[in-house]
Amino acid sequence: MADLKSDFVGIKSPNPFWLASAPPTDKEYNVRRAFEAGWGGVVWKTLGLDPHVVNVNGPRYGAIWGADRRLLGLNNIELITDRPLQTNLDEIKVVKRDYPDRAMVVSLMVPCEEEPWKFILPKVEDTGADGVELNFGCPHGMSERGMGSAVGQVPQYIEMVTRWVKANTRMPVIVKLTPNITDIKKPAEAAMRGGADAVSLINTINSITSVDLDLFAPEPTIDGKGAHGGYCGPAVKPIALNMVAEIARTPEMAHLPISGIGGITTWRDAAEFMALGARNVQVCTAAMTYGFKIVQEMISGLSEYMDEKGMTSVDNLVRRAVPNVTDWQHLNLNYVAKAKINQDLCISCGRCFAACEDTSHQAISMSEDRVFEVIDAECVACNLCVNVCPVEDCITMEAMAPGLVDPRTGKVVEPDYANWTTHPNNPAAKAAE
Amino acid sequence: MPNDSFTPGVVPGRLEPETYQEQFSDLHPPLDAHEALVAADRCYFCHDAPCITACPTEIDIPLFIRQIATGTPDAAAKTILTQNIMGGMCARVCPTEELCEQACVRELAEGKPVLIGQLQRYATDHLQQQDIHPFSRAPSTGQKVAVVGAGPAGLSCAHRLAMLGHDVVVYDARPKAGGLNEYGIATYKTTDGFAQAEVDWLLKIGGIEIHYGKALGPDLSLDALRDGFDAVFLGMGLGGVNALGVAGDGKEGVLDAVNFIADLRQASDVASVPVGRDVVVIGGGMTAVDAAVQAKLLGALNVTLVYRRGRDRMNASVFEQDLAAAKGVRIVTHAVPTAVLGNGAVREIEFAYVDAAMQPTGQTLRLAADQVFKAIGQTFAGDGMPALENGKIKVDAAGRTALEGVWAGGDCASGGDDLTVTAVAEGRDAALDIHAHLTGKAG
Ligand SMILES: Cc1cc2nc3c(=O)[nH]c(=O)nc-3n(C[C@H](O)[C@H](O)[C@H](O)COP(=O)(O)OP(=O)(O)OC[C@H]3O[C@@H](n4cnc5c(N)ncnc54)[C@H](O)[C@@H]3O)c2cc1C
Ligand SMILES: Cc1cc2nc3c(=O)[nH]c(=O)nc-3n(C[C@H](O)[C@H](O)[C@H](O)COP(=O)(O)O)c2cc1C
Ligand code: SF4
Repeated sequence: MADLKSDFVGIKSPNPFWLASAPPTDKEYNVRRAFEAGWGGVVWKTLGLDPHVVNVNGPRYGAIWGADRRLLGLNNIELITDRPLQTNLDEIKVVKRDYPDRAMVVSLMVPCEEEPWKFILPKVEDTGADGVELNFGCPHGMSERGMGSAVGQVPQYIEMVTRWVKANTRMPVIVKLTPNITDIKKPAEAAMRGGADAVSLINTINSITSVDLDLFAPEPTIDGKGAHGGYCGPAVKPIALNMVAEIARTPEMAHLPISGIGGITTWRDAAEFMALGARNVQVCTAAMTYGFKIVQEMISGLSEYMDEKGMTSVDNLVRRAVPNVTDWQHLNLNYVAKAKINQDLCISCGRCFAACEDTSHQAISMSEDRVFEVIDAECVACNLCVNVCPVEDCITMEAMAPGLVDPRTGKVVEPDYANWTTHPNNPAAKAAE
Repeated sequence: MPNDSFTPGVVPGRLEPETYQEQFSDLHPPLDAHEALVAADRCYFCHDAPCITACPTEIDIPLFIRQIATGTPDAAAKTILTQNIMGGMCARVCPTEELCEQACVRELAEGKPVLIGQLQRYATDHLQQQDIHPFSRAPSTGQKVAVVGAGPAGLSCAHRLAMLGHDVVVYDARPKAGGLNEYGIATYKTTDGFAQAEVDWLLKIGGIEIHYGKALGPDLSLDALRDGFDAVFLGMGLGGVNALGVAGDGKEGVLDAVNFIADLRQASDVASVPVGRDVVVIGGGMTAVDAAVQAKLLGALNVTLVYRRGRDRMNASVFEQDLAAAKGVRIVTHAVPTAVLGNGAVREIEFAYVDAAMQPTGQTLRLAADQVFKAIGQTFAGDGMPALENGKIKVDAAGRTALEGVWAGGDCASGGDDLTVTAVAEGRDAALDIHAHLTGKAG
């Protein structure tokens, strides 16, 4: 079995699976259960100054479901810890003492002044915790008080606070980023300039999950009113993956360690985040949906995958896909593919036909006896038929070998790479020398 | 003229060769990869899942299904086999409708449980067909354990002991290992020589030596085993069968159902197995149903299963009863045999109808029969054994018998249902207790 040991900015854990700062890491009871179940580390639920905040006393979550009520997206209006600071610190200390091999990172959110940071950091150090995570992401409630995403949306603030924290602690500092911005690179760069040891992302995305059409109020509804919350769970994974990749492929930030968060539900999700540059991952919604035991599948799945690939350490996986993330303008326009339907696998449902005929390129023919075939002269290789086909591997995209003539364009498939920057239709194209 | 279903008497070859193929193929064909994903997706990953509790070997079912759903069937297989080394056979033969699938919350909600048994088969087949044995032995303890019986109980015990570093010597009276997996389970539940393939795969752990044709009693004494080994495990199953106890029991054509089934399982060509035109099976358990169904599959014209109580009291599950009915077996209840008639060979068998209190109602039934299978229960047979309880070796929860250094499990031991999965669980648990005992950690 592959060795899953992880070293994230000097913080060691037996595997790269941490629980994100959230209800699963809210208190000693949960964290002990998490460690017993096998989680490599936790980021403790965000601490703040006393008097501690209060939460609403009505529903704090809303959700989006797929077929069979599979939870796809979760929305929450919970705040940071609603327990006294000392209670949390005492619990962190005993748990870390009892599980010295697990990563214990403490998430913090205090007002945007240096004094409160000077006050809280030594207290966290005293618990024996391995590091701190600065919560610049919480998009509701705390942001109205000038904290959380209110800081995370202003790069100068991020840089300033990170600098204060680095000046006042010897612990590694992870800056947790909010996705509620237009360009994730800006806050990441600010964190790096401020001296952050790493960034973690994403926190939750501003959202309203649904509207009660009788009450005419957003869900979750508290006494007839609703506030936007933060969205997380499987639905946010594509957004998070892109943000992780954006940072990882920026040369100046290539060495900035990333802790990947957002919709990670299975070992495969975790592996994808790591391939795109995350050195470890954090999980919240999946644990909230299925309980702590899922980590066992993550551990067995990742190690089986690594064994298959001959990877001996998680570092072998980290950033493996980064070189292949590029901009649209650099994609090879001479690459030509055609959809191909495997008639032995086809169940004649006709979904590919409907999709292509109505919304794409009229490139699938249908016979009277329901045989569906691709018309190469029309197919633009958009992949829609592949995506809507209910049968796995029934429709595939086949690359055309160079030298063949594309029946759609009548042109020979060129062997050489050529992209938009030199394309004749591009007004800004530089003519090939 | 070749035989067909109408040929009188007990004859082989009643069907076309291709028909046999069809009749004796897999009862539940294996799921393909896509079907497995669809089936796995239905699991809710329940907390402290009731299916786990319902499984005698306590396989972590939601975890292995999640491992299938996330594309790692080999990891799923390991989850299964860690708890139940015969997870492959159990996936085929467990009455899941009375175990895990009965407990599935979706059975309660919709009457359609997650296909746990078939998913278990998907995962274990995936691993075993690559010939991967995922376990290895702990450093040798230098201790030796004797295991009597190479059925599910004995092999499960032997495997766990070998894994824990002990050396195991298994003795079995028969020429092949597997116990009833090899000689008893219905043909259509374990096709293509799976029972032997599973045994071969299981033995890959190493450290297990099997001696065939060695029976405790005639060939070996318990005292000698106790002297020669650090511990002894007994997993001999049930060797005896109950007699009908009516006039004519000994007539030609009156057979033990288990022997008929064993012959069928051992036949290189099922077409060569002779079967009656009019077959009567007496009993209400799994053995009775298996004998009746297989007689029908061999081309018998009329097969009647006669049970002395009501259907609700039959040991065979509702699924098994329905299977029998679907194959054309007639089920008669509330009737007890009173006489086997015939001149040398059986020709007819007479029954008296009884009420719920088993009192004759005065009505009788006569059935034409050229073959009668007795399936009215098996019994434990053996002399010089540890103390018995209700006719079986008395054991405590850890499998310890009344004799120091002797453990027992499976059908021959008291407690638990007579099922493959229960035998596996008891063998494993006895191994753990033996290990604790041998390493001085016993409670
Ligand atoms: C016809 C039939 C169908 C069945 N179908 C199912 C089913 O579909 N599903 C299910 O879960 N269960 C089924 N069962 C029950 C299941 O097969 C048993 O519960 C299970 O095999 C018990 O395992 P065991 O190891 O205790 O005994 P066995 O499987 O009986 O194995 C005992 C072994 O010990 C050997 N042995 C016996 N005496 C001696 C001796 N004196 N010395 C040395 N070796 C000896 C035997 O040769 C045999 O190999 C069925 C049983 C029968 C009879
Ligand atoms: C109920 C809830 C409370 C959360 N509280 C915090 C918090 O206190 N601090 C924090 O940094 N992130 C908090 N988060 C965000 C998560 O740590 C995580 O970044 C986000 O949920 C995305 O990961 P996921 O898709 O695995 O859930 C919270 C999320 C949820 C659902
Ligand atoms: S999960 Fe349900 S029971 Fe538990 S606190 Fe929330 S609302 Fe109450």
